Amino acid sequence: MWAEGESEGLQTLGIVVVVCSSLKLLHYLGLIDLSDDKIEDELEMTMVCHRPEGLEQLEAQTNFTKRELQVLYRGFKNECPSGVVNEETFKQIYAQFFPHGDASTYAHYLFNAFDTTQTGSVKFEDFVTALSILLRGTVHEKLRWTFNLYDINKDGYINKEEMMDIVKAIYDMMGKYTYPVLKEDTPRQHVDVFFQKMDKNKDGIVTLDEFLESCQEDDNIVRSLQLFQNVM
Amino acid sequence: MAAGVAAWLPFARAAAIGWMPVANCPMPLAPADKNKRQDELIILNVSGRRFQTWRTTLERYPDTLLGSTEKEFFFNEDTKEYFFDRDPEVFRCVLNFYRTGKLHYPRYECISAYDDELAFYGILPEIIGDCCYEEYKDRKRENAERLMDDNDSENNQESMPSLSFRQTMWRAFENPHTSTLALVFYYVTGFFIAVSVITNVVETVPCGTVPGSKELPCGERYSVAFFCLDTACVMIFTVEYLLRLFAAPSRYRFIRSVMSIIDVVAIMPYYIGLVMTNNEDVSGAFVTLRVFRVFRIFKFSRHSQGLRILGYTLKSCASELGFLLFSLTMAIIIFATVMFYAEKGSSASKFTSIPASFWYTIVTMTTLGYGDMVPKTIAGKIFGSICSLSGVLVIALPVPVIVSNFSRIYHQNQRADKRRAQKKARLARIRVAKTGSSNAYLHSKRNGLLNEALELAGTPEEEHMGKTTSLIESQHHHLLHCLEKTTNHEFIDEQMFEQNCLESSMQNYPSTRSPSLSSHPGLTTTCCSRRSKKTTHLPNSNLPATRLRSMQELSTIHIQGSEQPSLTTSRSSLNLKADDGLRPNCKTSQITTAIISIPTPPALTPEGESRPPPASPGPNTNIPSIASNVVKVSAL
Repeated sequence: MWAEGESEGLQTLGIVVVVCSSLKLLHYLGLIDLSDDKIEDELEMTMVCHRPEGLEQLEAQTNFTKRELQVLYRGFKNECPSGVVNEETFKQIYAQFFPHGDASTYAHYLFNAFDTTQTGSVKFEDFVTALSILLRGTVHEKLRWTFNLYDINKDGYINKEEMMDIVKAIYDMMGKYTYPVLKEDTPRQHVDVFFQKMDKNKDGIVTLDEFLESCQEDDNIVRSLQLFQNVM
Repeated sequence: MAAGVAAWLPFARAAAIGWMPVANCPMPLAPADKNKRQDELIILNVSGRRFQTWRTTLERYPDTLLGSTEKEFFFNEDTKEYFFDRDPEVFRCVLNFYRTGKLHYPRYECISAYDDELAFYGILPEIIGDCCYEEYKDRKRENAERLMDDNDSENNQESMPSLSFRQTMWRAFENPHTSTLALVFYYVTGFFIAVSVITNVVETVPCGTVPGSKELPCGERYSVAFFCLDTACVMIFTVEYLLRLFAAPSRYRFIRSVMSIIDVVAIMPYYIGLVMTNNEDVSGAFVTLRVFRVFRIFKFSRHSQGLRILGYTLKSCASELGFLLFSLTMAIIIFATVMFYAEKGSSASKFTSIPASFWYTIVTMTTLGYGDMVPKTIAGKIFGSICSLSGVLVIALPVPVIVSNFSRIYHQNQRADKRRAQKKARLARIRVAKTGSSNAYLHSKRNGLLNEALELAGTPEEEHMGKTTSLIESQHHHLLHCLEKTTNHEFIDEQMFEQNCLESSMQNYPSTRSPSLSSHPGLTTTCCSRRSKKTTHLPNSNLPATRLRSMQELSTIHIQGSEQPSLTTSRSSLNLKADDGLRPNCKTSQITTAIISIPTPPALTPEGESRPPPASPGPNTNIPSIASNVVKVSAL
């Protein structure tokens, strides 16, 4: 059927067609990636707009006055026009206050403590509720909030690993240039001192009651908790 | 202070309660809010135009004129407003910056007038938002060129965090401009691709006759030479591919990418050819495999940005190309059928079948017109002319779409390159401004120490600070102070840190030197001669092993620069092995034995924090200013 000398050329054609179609097939199967890697889709951030409850309700629920809530809201809205803070923004904001070191780990724990409903975002109500406890609450409430902060997995107990993580995060915020120089086991020593003080029955974990009791016995802690009374 | 988040300071301070139970010592007292004002509206009168805003809005950026106490200079007691004798148009943008956090550049504004206003209000132009920044920069550059103002700002090389060998290799492959070795590699591979392609082409050129046989192509005449060339090229390509595979951060993704497939397809024919030379049956197909060697030309796309853009354009115009192909195919089939039946009657017609007519139709529609197949009947000629007219239309339609696509992508690419080049400079400058804020805390601490020292020295001055810190700053510093107390460590700056490190590692070295060098009470020296490589165990060393080793190999001396040069005492007392390293650096500085007065090293004092002895406030206060004169000399 084919003329003389056509067979080689047709063979070449056949091979080209086979190779191209197999490449295409592999691309469809996802085994190879023929598209250009340069183009990365920008993640579309869905703007979730959230309006907080009314001013009167918030005033009733928290220990702030209307004026203070207004000031707080203006600051909040300015930084997060959508009405919610996600963890990234939270970390960025917190990191600005500690330019020397790395505040991201501690900010992560803080965020989890603020985000009581574990939704991944902090609304203005959560924000204001937590601030109300921290700035205007009783010593008992503040200590309870702090216990919640330290209890990373929220199981009701603080064990040494959780405390190590928290203390390490605090030391991370100091950065490298400190005096005296930070040693490797400084956080561990700090945690040991803490546990000696707090763990009354020496069982390796600190429960809420042990924590409350030990903290209330220590005058330094009680006095320093009152320190930020007039932050607003 | 951090720009824009001053409003969140109450939250950060409240969250500090999380540290309280962990801290072992009492926290410092909070700064009192001396004049606690309710939030009020303030009126800013700019050349007659009145703007009103909340006081706290302005205080968001305390390091600008409007956010700091500097605006009190402009307060008009009679009208109870702040009067600024400046341009109200630009002030609108400035005030919007306080409100929204984004600074915009209005296009109608003259660039130098805008710069002047920003300088007056104490705002960095780098904060201009991304939407307006490009325009701002372009205008500024134009302006500079027009004024023949050549202020070339050299960007320092970004100090990359130390990358592993694999990462450096990958970076060298992706951006050949990062190091000379990468550039060399880039050019070498480019050269070999060119050689390989040219070899393939020249192979087929007829190369003169061997007497007694017909004309041979060069490839068969010098087959050994060509084979060697081919082998060399394939070796290089294989090595390159393996290196890239090794260095790739994600090997799986690398294998799947287009470039790696091209690489593989370019070198596979050679290996298949090696394997298959013995097999007679498939040697025919072996010949056709040589066609694939032309794929090596696609390897150039790594070297040429334009080629990549072209490839990307074609890919992105795939739908238009598909439409073109589909409509062409339809038209070809229609016209081929028509021509076949029209020419069926004519004798000795070349239109033997419909597929045979395809060739005529394609040649006619693309206006090639080879003339090897020509219709002879009248009906055939009529349909032939309709065919060529419609061909022009069908092909001309999708082409502008493809062209405009290419143009858009190409310009986008150019703009992206420009923006990337500007970005580095911007970020560098913003970073410099940011480090200023972290040093602010250290400065205020030093001022606090200075205060204490002065008080102890008996000078009854109060409020002897350089500038009164605003409430927000003092609160921020209080927060940092609380953190210091929680962790029992202090913030210091980089130089002091390194001095401390050197100090603490050297203070236990046995000194073989004359006692004239050794410390006179209260002050310590930090110079030492070259030590043996044997690592000595320092009981109080805080340093990791690497730092220790580096200091043993290289002994450094801190020389305090001062006005009068006098070298005589220095040389004899230092007793260094090699003076050459010292000579160029000693010309203008006096080497004294009392080199650095540092607060007594940590090992000697048991308490955690030690304050410099108040008896020597002089050297302490001079440290910030002399810090720039401290010269490190390595005595090798």
